[in-house]
Amino acid sequence: MSVASVRFENVTKAYGKVVAVRDVSFAVEAGTLVTLLGPSGCGKTTTLRMIAGLELATGGRIFIEDQDVTHLPATARDVAMVFQSYALFPHMTVLENVGYGLSVTRRPKAEVRERAEAALATVGLAGYGERLPAELSGGQQQRVAVARAIVLEPQVLLFDEPLSNLDTKLRRKVREELRDLQQRLGITSIYVTHDQEEALAVSDRIIVMNQAVIAQAGTPRELYEEPASRFVADFIGDANLLAAEIARIDGGRATVRVGSSTLELPGRALPPGAATLAVRPHAIRVHPEPVEAANRMSVSHAIYLGSHLEYELDGPVGHLFATVPAGGTMIPQGAEAWVTFDERSVALVPG
Amino acid sequence: MQPHHDRPLVAWLLVGWCGFVLLPWYAQDDGFFSFAWLNAGLFTDRDYASGLAQGLWLGRVWLLPLLVPLLLPLLALRQGMDPARRANLLVLAGLLGIAWLAIQGLAVNHRGPAAWLAPFVPDRSRQYGMGAGAVLVALSFLFTLTNGLAGRGLVKGDRFVAGSIGLVVAVVGLFVFVPVGMILARAFVPDQFADQFFDARIWGLACTYSTVRCGVAWNSLLLAVLTGLSTTLLGLAFALIATRTPFPFKRSLRVLTVLPIITPPFVIGLAIILLFGRNGTVTQFVATMFGIEPGRWIYGLPGVWFAQTLAFTPIAFLVLIGVVEGVSPSMEEAAQTLRADGWTTFKTVSLPLMRPGLANAFLLGFIESLADFGNPLVLSGDFDVLATEIFFAMVGAQHEPSRAALMALILLAFTLLAFWAQQRWLGRRNYTTVTGKGDSGVPLQLVPGLRYTLYAVTIPWAVLTIALYALILVGGLVEFWGRDYTPTLRHMIAAFGVTTGEHGIVWSGTAWNSFSTTIAIALTAAVPTAAIGLLTAWLLVRQEFGFKRAFEFGTMLSFAIPGTVIGIAYILAFNVPPIEITGTGIILVISFVFRNMPVGVRAGIASMSQLDKSLDEASLTLRASSFTTMRRIVLPLLRPAILAALVYSFVRAMTAISAVVFLVSANYEMATTYILGRVENGEYGIAVAYSSVLILVMLVVIGIFQLLVGQRRLGRRSAVPVVAPVGAAS
Repeated sequence: MSVASVRFENVTKAYGKVVAVRDVSFAVEAGTLVTLLGPSGCGKTTTLRMIAGLELATGGRIFIEDQDVTHLPATARDVAMVFQSYALFPHMTVLENVGYGLSVTRRPKAEVRERAEAALATVGLAGYGERLPAELSGGQQQRVAVARAIVLEPQVLLFDEPLSNLDTKLRRKVREELRDLQQRLGITSIYVTHDQEEALAVSDRIIVMNQAVIAQAGTPRELYEEPASRFVADFIGDANLLAAEIARIDGGRATVRVGSSTLELPGRALPPGAATLAVRPHAIRVHPEPVEAANRMSVSHAIYLGSHLEYELDGPVGHLFATVPAGGTMIPQGAEAWVTFDERSVALVPG
Repeated sequence: MQPHHDRPLVAWLLVGWCGFVLLPWYAQDDGFFSFAWLNAGLFTDRDYASGLAQGLWLGRVWLLPLLVPLLLPLLALRQGMDPARRANLLVLAGLLGIAWLAIQGLAVNHRGPAAWLAPFVPDRSRQYGMGAGAVLVALSFLFTLTNGLAGRGLVKGDRFVAGSIGLVVAVVGLFVFVPVGMILARAFVPDQFADQFFDARIWGLACTYSTVRCGVAWNSLLLAVLTGLSTTLLGLAFALIATRTPFPFKRSLRVLTVLPIITPPFVIGLAIILLFGRNGTVTQFVATMFGIEPGRWIYGLPGVWFAQTLAFTPIAFLVLIGVVEGVSPSMEEAAQTLRADGWTTFKTVSLPLMRPGLANAFLLGFIESLADFGNPLVLSGDFDVLATEIFFAMVGAQHEPSRAALMALILLAFTLLAFWAQQRWLGRRNYTTVTGKGDSGVPLQLVPGLRYTLYAVTIPWAVLTIALYALILVGGLVEFWGRDYTPTLRHMIAAFGVTTGEHGIVWSGTAWNSFSTTIAIALTAAVPTAAIGLLTAWLLVRQEFGFKRAFEFGTMLSFAIPGTVIGIAYILAFNVPPIEITGTGIILVISFVFRNMPVGVRAGIASMSQLDKSLDEASLTLRASSFTTMRRIVLPLLRPAILAALVYSFVRAMTAISAVVFLVSANYEMATTYILGRVENGEYGIAVAYSSVLILVMLVVIGIFQLLVGQRRLGRRSAVPVVAPVGAAS
C-alpha cells in the first residue's frame, strides 16, 4: 500500500451557521481516481475546493502527501484543477494558457515553451498553441484546461464537473480520454460529478456525499451491489425500495419475504425482522399469467421505448417501476400482472 | 521559502526608513518636486530636514519615539521566528506607529504644543503639515500592520488583499470620514447651536403669508421635489418614445444621455439667460411682437427649476429607458391574450412594472437638484438654496463657518435620507423582468392618443435642448448676444489667443492658465481614481472578509455627499497641520479622486461580475499569487472598464464646480471657476466661448475612448464598459 495522497481528518466547513461539509474524513490512495458524487448542495464541490485551497476548512485537518496543508492558500499547494467552465484565460493563446503556471513560477522561457508544448501534445492538441481559446471547440477547450493543469506535474489533479459543458455524445468519449490520461500519467485525481453513470465509468473509488456528510465510500461495484443506505441505493442506479421481512439468517445468507415471494440474499449482518429491499428496475420480471410465488399487481402505466418496456405497477408490496426487454407482448394499462424478482439484482439495505 | 515571502515586508520597511532618514519630513512651500530640499540641508535646515534629523538635532524630539515602531519589525525578519509571534510583533509595531503619528501630529501644530506635551519639548515648538517623509513612514506603518494581520489569518492570510483593504480603509477614512466628521464638529457650537439651527433664515415659513423670504431649507426641498417630478415625467416621456413608438429620430434621442457628462456647470443657466433674460433673444422677440415689458421672472424659482429640468432630464431618461426596456414584452403579450386592450395593458401591467424605476428616477432628480450649485448660483436671484448659501456663508462677506457647517449638515442629511429611501425602495421591490431566458416578444406600441400627447410634450422640449446647445456653440462667436450679432472671434482670442513673440509662442489668452491647470489636474486625478476604484471593486467582488458591507457603504458614501459639503469639509479639515493641503493642487486632485471613485467602483463591479470567478481561481491554483493574478488576468480583461473609469474621472474633473469653488487658489484656478468669474462680471461672451471649447474637448476625449474600446473584443467574453453618468451634481 502506498501512502495516501490526500487525507481529510474530521474536516468541517461552515459559512456562518450553514454547514457545507460536516466532520468528513477520508483518504485517497496515490495514483487512483476517486469521485465525489452526490446531488447538488451535498458539499462535494466545497470538499474539492478545500483540497485546492480555494476554501479554507473551519475545522479538522487536510493532508497532501502527509504534509499538513490545512492553512495553506491555493498558491502554495501542489495541486491543479480543471474547472467546470474550463476558466481558460481569454486574452492569452492556448500556449500561454498552458504555460501560465510555469511562467508565474519564473521558469526560463525556453523551458516554459517546451513543457507547455509537451503537455499540449499529451492531450492531442499539438499545433494548436497559437490559437485563442475562443477559436477552439468545447471539447478542445476542455483538453486545453487539462493540459494547463498537468503541466506543473502536480501531486493531485482535481476535476470539477469537467464534462458538464459538453454534449451527451462527446461526454462519453472525453470521459474515456480523461480516464486513459489519468492512468497513463498515474496521477492521483479527485473528480466531482453529480452524474452517477459518469462516476461509475471513471472511478477507482466513489465517495457518495449527501447533506454535508459522506453517505458511503467504496468501489463502484460495492456501491451498486451493497448500498449502505436507502439514499445510496436510490442515487446509484434507480431502485425500488420495498418493505420486506428477514425471516431467517443462516451463515451470512438471509431468507427474505416480500409479498408472496421468498428470496435468498446476502445477509449483510442484519438482524431478522423488518427490513428494506432495494430492487433494481431490471430485476423485476413481469408475467401476463399467474406463476408460482408471484405477486399479483395491476399495471398503472405501460410505455414502449424501443429497446425495452417500462411498467409502473401497484399492489400489496407497494409501487414498482420495472424495465423489461422488449420482445414479448406488452401488457396493457389497467390489466393484471404477476411479478417475481431476480435475486442477483436485489439487495438488503440497512436502515 | 521564507525570504521570498518576506520581500514585500522588507520593501515597505525600507520605504519607511527612507522616509524617516532621507526625505524631508514636512511639506514645503515650493513643493516636493521642485527638489529644493536636495541642496537645502536635509539634516540641518528646520524646514527641509528629515524626521530623524528634526528629532535629533532640531529640537523636534516628539518625532524620536517613531524609532520604536520602525525598529520593532526588524526583529521580525530573524530566521526561524514563530509565525504567530512574528505576526503579533508586526501588528504591534504598525499600531504603535500609526497611533504615535496621529498623536504627535495633533498635539503639536502650527501654534505650538498641546498643554500635556509642553513640559517635555523645547519652547516655541511647532510643526507644519506632513510632507513626503511623513507620508512614506505612515504607509510603511500601515502595511506593517496589514502584513501582521494577514499573518494572523485575516482574509485567508493573503497579504496583498490585507494591504489593499488597509489602504482603501485608510484613505477613505482620512479623506471622506474625517472631513465629514469635521463638519459635525464645527456645526455643533455649544450655546449657539439651537439658535443657529432654528434660524428663520433656514426654516422660516414667512413667505407663505408675507413678503419675507422663506428659509433656505424649504426652498431647497421645494425645488428638489419640483425638479424630481418634472425630470421623471419628461424622462418617462422620452423613454417611451425611444422604445415604443415609430418616432423617426429615436436613435438620436440616445445622444441626450451623454449631455449631462459633458456639460460644464452654468452652461444651461447661461444659455437660459441668453434666451430668456431681460436682454434675451426670446424676451426681446416677445417684447417687440406683443409689447410685453421684459421682466426678470427668470431669476428665481422658475428659472432654476427650468434650468435643472433641462439639465437633469437626460439622467431620468437614462434610468427610465432601462426600466422601460426591462418590462418584458411577454408579460404585455400575456395581458393582451387575456383580452386587455392597448391602453389597459399599459395602465395595468407596463406602468406598475415601471413604478420602482420611476421612484428611482424621481429620487435621483431630487438628489441632483439638492446638490446642484451652478444653476442656482447663476439663476436663483432672491430664491436662496442650501448649496449656494453654504458657499456665501463660507466665503462671502459674512464669513460664518459654523453656520456654513450647519447648513452643510442639513444638506447632507437631506441627501442621505433621499439615498436611503432610494436604496430601501429598490431593495424591497425589485420587479426585474429581464431574465436569462430569451424573450422574443415584441414590445407593445403606444396607443395613438398617448403617443401624440407625448410627441406634443417632448418635441418642443427636445428642440429647446438642441437650441440651447447650439446657442452655446455659436454664442461665443458673436459680438454681444442679445444686442449685436456680428460674427467675431474676439471672445475666442481673448480666452485662447496665441501669438508669437521674441521667445517663441506666447499663450496670450486669459483662459490658458486655468485651462492647462484643469487638464493637468484632471489627468493627474484620473489615474488614482481608476486605480482605487477598481481595487475597491476587486475587493468587493472577489474577496471575502467580515466587514464587507460596512466597507462597501464607506467607499460609496462620498457619492451621496453634495460637492458643496465636500468642499467646505475639506477646508475645515485640511487647512491646518498635520494635514495642510489647502491651496495646493493636491487638495483638488484628492477631492476629485474621492468624489469620482464610487463611479470607478461601480464600473469595476459591473465588469468584474461578468468575469468568471474561476479565471482567478485557475490562476491561483497554478501557483500565481493574488497580486500576479490581478496583474496578469484581471487587469488585462478589465481594460475597457479601466479606460471607462479614466475617461469618466477626467471628464468629471473638468466640469466639477461645487467642491472646487472652495478649494481653488490663485495658483490653481480651474476652468469652471474661471468661467464663474466671467459670468459674475457679465462677460458672457468669454464664458460661452470657453464652455464650448470645454464641450468640444470632452467630446473628442469620449470619442477617442469609444474608438479604443470599440476595437477591443476578446472572443466571447468581452467585458462591456459601463459609464454611469448618474451622480451627485457637480
